[in-house]
Amino acid sequence: MAGNNGGKRSLRVVGKPFVKVDAKAKCIGELKYADDLFLPRMLHTKLLRSTVPHARIVHIDVSKAKAYPGVHAVLTGADLPPITYGALPVSEDEHPLAVGKVRMVGDPVAAVAAVDEDVATEALDLVAVEYEPLPVITSIQDAYATAEPRIHEYGEFGNIHRRQAYEFGSIEAGFAEADYVREDITFYEGSTHLALEQHASLAQFSHDGKLTLWTSTQDMHYLHRHLAKVLEMPASHIRVIATPNGGGFGGKCDPFNHEIVVCKLAMVTGRPVKICLTREEVFYCHRGRHPVLMSTKTGYKKDGSITAMHHRTILDGGAYGGHGVASTFYTGILQPTTYKLPNYRFEAVRVFTNKAPCGPKRGHGTPQPRWAQEIQMDKIADQLGLDPAEMRKQHAIAPNSITANWIRIGTLSLRQCIDKVVAGSGWKDKFRKLAYGKGIGIACSAYMTGTQTPIYYNKLPHSGVQLKLDRSGGVCVFCGSAEIGQGSDSILAYIVAEVLGIGPFDIRVVTGDTDLTPVDLGSYSSRVTLMTGNAAIEAAERARHMLREAVAAKLEVPSERLSFADRRVFDSENPEKGVSFVDAVCLAEEKYGTLGTTGSYKPPAAPGKYKGATIGPSPAFSCTAAIAEVEVNPETGIIVVPRIWIAHDIGQAINPVLAVGQIEGCVYMGLGEALMEEMAYRGNRNLVHKFPSFLEYKSPTTLEMCDVITYLVEEPDANGPFGAKEVGQGPQLPVPPAIANAVYDAVGIRVDEVPITPDKVLKAIRAKAKGQEGRYGPSAFPTCPMPPTMVVPTPWQGGDGKALEREPALTKK
Amino acid sequence: MKKAGKNGKRKLEKAHLRLRVNGEEVEVAFAPHKTLLEVLREDLRLTGTKHGCELGECGCCAVLVDGRPVLSCLALGVAMEGHEVTTVEGMAVGTELHPLQQTFAELGAAQCGYCTPGILLTAKALLEHIPRPSRDEIKEALAGNLCRCTGYIKILEAVELAAARMAGEKAEPAKETIYGWE
Repeated sequence: MAGNNGGKRSLRVVGKPFVKVDAKAKCIGELKYADDLFLPRMLHTKLLRSTVPHARIVHIDVSKAKAYPGVHAVLTGADLPPITYGALPVSEDEHPLAVGKVRMVGDPVAAVAAVDEDVATEALDLVAVEYEPLPVITSIQDAYATAEPRIHEYGEFGNIHRRQAYEFGSIEAGFAEADYVREDITFYEGSTHLALEQHASLAQFSHDGKLTLWTSTQDMHYLHRHLAKVLEMPASHIRVIATPNGGGFGGKCDPFNHEIVVCKLAMVTGRPVKICLTREEVFYCHRGRHPVLMSTKTGYKKDGSITAMHHRTILDGGAYGGHGVASTFYTGILQPTTYKLPNYRFEAVRVFTNKAPCGPKRGHGTPQPRWAQEIQMDKIADQLGLDPAEMRKQHAIAPNSITANWIRIGTLSLRQCIDKVVAGSGWKDKFRKLAYGKGIGIACSAYMTGTQTPIYYNKLPHSGVQLKLDRSGGVCVFCGSAEIGQGSDSILAYIVAEVLGIGPFDIRVVTGDTDLTPVDLGSYSSRVTLMTGNAAIEAAERARHMLREAVAAKLEVPSERLSFADRRVFDSENPEKGVSFVDAVCLAEEKYGTLGTTGSYKPPAAPGKYKGATIGPSPAFSCTAAIAEVEVNPETGIIVVPRIWIAHDIGQAINPVLAVGQIEGCVYMGLGEALMEEMAYRGNRNLVHKFPSFLEYKSPTTLEMCDVITYLVEEPDANGPFGAKEVGQGPQLPVPPAIANAVYDAVGIRVDEVPITPDKVLKAIRAKAKGQEGRYGPSAFPTCPMPPTMVVPTPWQGGDGKALEREPALTKK
Repeated sequence: MKKAGKNGKRKLEKAHLRLRVNGEEVEVAFAPHKTLLEVLREDLRLTGTKHGCELGECGCCAVLVDGRPVLSCLALGVAMEGHEVTTVEGMAVGTELHPLQQTFAELGAAQCGYCTPGILLTAKALLEHIPRPSRDEIKEALAGNLCRCTGYIKILEAVELAAARMAGEKAEPAKETIYGWE
């Protein structure tokens, strides 16, 4: 594998804590985010948003707004082609501006372009909209109970968007083998990304008929396709530039209505048009963590080994599909990747409700099932009298194995990760030994490094890199990836520098521009370092080959003896004999003409062949173990987390300081979800968000953030560039359950839903004092008719990766 | 465009002010209701100052007014006459970064970089007031600045490292900060 070139040989750039290529621009305020862009004659846009959660639009009158001084254009849904779009091809259910009905508070109904934001805002007040209210669907229970009205006219039936049912092996046989079976019903509340940068976009329509959109997007390539479709323009006439994202976390993955609207307004007015959403609008854009209700029934033996699991999930999807069908898969499909799970049944339902749409947030659909399993594991260990760390270690999935649902796992050092945090935290001296009120808990996880399949079906590369070299000695890397703060631009520079023996700051990186850069699918699913990295290695190795041949001829040295390091190309047996990198490029340009190389990456095929088998497989899996220490005040219910120890198998850190930073960020976001963050709505008051502001939507500040002791476990994976695996999402997964398990260790109560707020802690403590079960959490799991289950024999049953019987009716009622 | 002339409804007289920004005197005319944030970004094009809420909740827009952190989204531009305003663009001297800018870059304390200007300025004010703050004092000073990327840890470490260097020490980051623990 090109990606593993050299393995652990002496690396000069990879593995070193180089400053990011854009770090200084960020620290001096020079970097331009979308809202920092200004163009001459630029207009400003504001959107009129629905004030009701579910209603037919009877009439919209924009005449007064159009006549308002300073207004240049007013659009409604009728002014755009009647074409829907949406992140996934299976649920393209959005209009840029509402057509016929609104489905949530915040749905855009009209757009105004005016000379400034103030005029645009004043003009919005002049748009008259008459609504005919429809019954409102506020929750999973409502969606199950309400067949009519339907929020959307597509989906399974009623307000059920999506159902899926799989069985890998036989849970019946697995439960029969078990010494014990237990079922836990748990809930994971929705939360939002809360990126500091509000979404902003700037569109320009030139007189040559070409459209340019600068926008804060993580997935420029997919947005490009949606714009072409909805605006009915050739994609080649549209240029999308992904400006540096002021935080993404999955919140800027979907194509957004405001992005399409500013394009249309630029085309209508002939002037550049900008929009920057308010913080409240960002809350309604959402696409964050799905609230998920889960039932996890597990059979296990006295040693804690799992014989079978029946895992059911219900996702409250909100008003639109978005990435929701993928999210639905992810609430179960990665469940078998952490511990040995020989028989597994997974059933999932996603419902529509009149709330802001959910989608991908860091860990996309997997923190919820991880929560369910990890708190259940803790209960199992407690019941069996086993050390939960030892129990996890004993049953951790083996490296180089295939799971029950046909996901291939490569390297996976989960046992080492557990050893690291157990030793570092002094676990053995603390677990069940601390004073009342203090506790310690453990949880683990595994996570994918990119998905095997793109969002729309195609056989094209997932990532492309072009390299330009010229006689100046300059090297420019072009790649369609989007820098969202994770350091993806820097990774390209580090990897190319490593291969060519130059410094990362000798390289110019150009990313995120559909006109200039080859396609990369975007910053999602922890795919960027692995996929752009492998493509960059291929492009750089091709360039190195040309330089090597040219220098070999000049020096009359066999080309295989030439080394690249310290900005020189030299004879490895006689390092004095060589040329500078600049001269090497000149020699190659002389020999080959203008220099340019390309590299591409496409993930390896997965062994599963059943329908749906393409979701879950990944080129490489990372894994994480976390131990949390907590202090619970039994009088107030307030939880303080002083410290978290976390070990993550990253394969190879391309840059350790950035990797540690990603892990610390994951711990932070997990801490927020565990203790305070929630997307809460006023069900009895028009289904508006309870607190769409930074002040009231609680997130950890410096004062709540815990200390983090991070361990990087590095065992290079053959599929990763220099062995690298993901680090941006996986380390978040074990944090909330580790905290919940520590709360149990501290005060002996189980809070089986996040956020674990003081009121829930107190309720459970009081219940326990009264002799009741010391637990807070859901107790009922509603059911709905499920489609026939797709049964897939496991590898150890002699299966071939295919389903036993094909169920043609899976997506129909 | 014919409609351009129609913007005659609101005949607000622009305020014409002389401000001192980053040590330079600038003359600027703007609608008097504009916030300092808007004046900096829109009229002076100093876009290094960011905004996350424009409601005084996130700390992104913090600048220094006479050396003290102020949320520029809550301050009126017209109130700045006679005061010295410092933005992130005014921290470096020539091409030499302020020690905080240097350590934030070194430690990856700026991930997406969007909260960074407000945090740098707030930290700068802290270090001018308390040259060698404790970890708790740094946390307290930065408690009003939200960051969603870093978990704050690299930020706290970068402030400590800069404080040590500003005190003349040849300080380097701890090995664990860079590579994690053994």
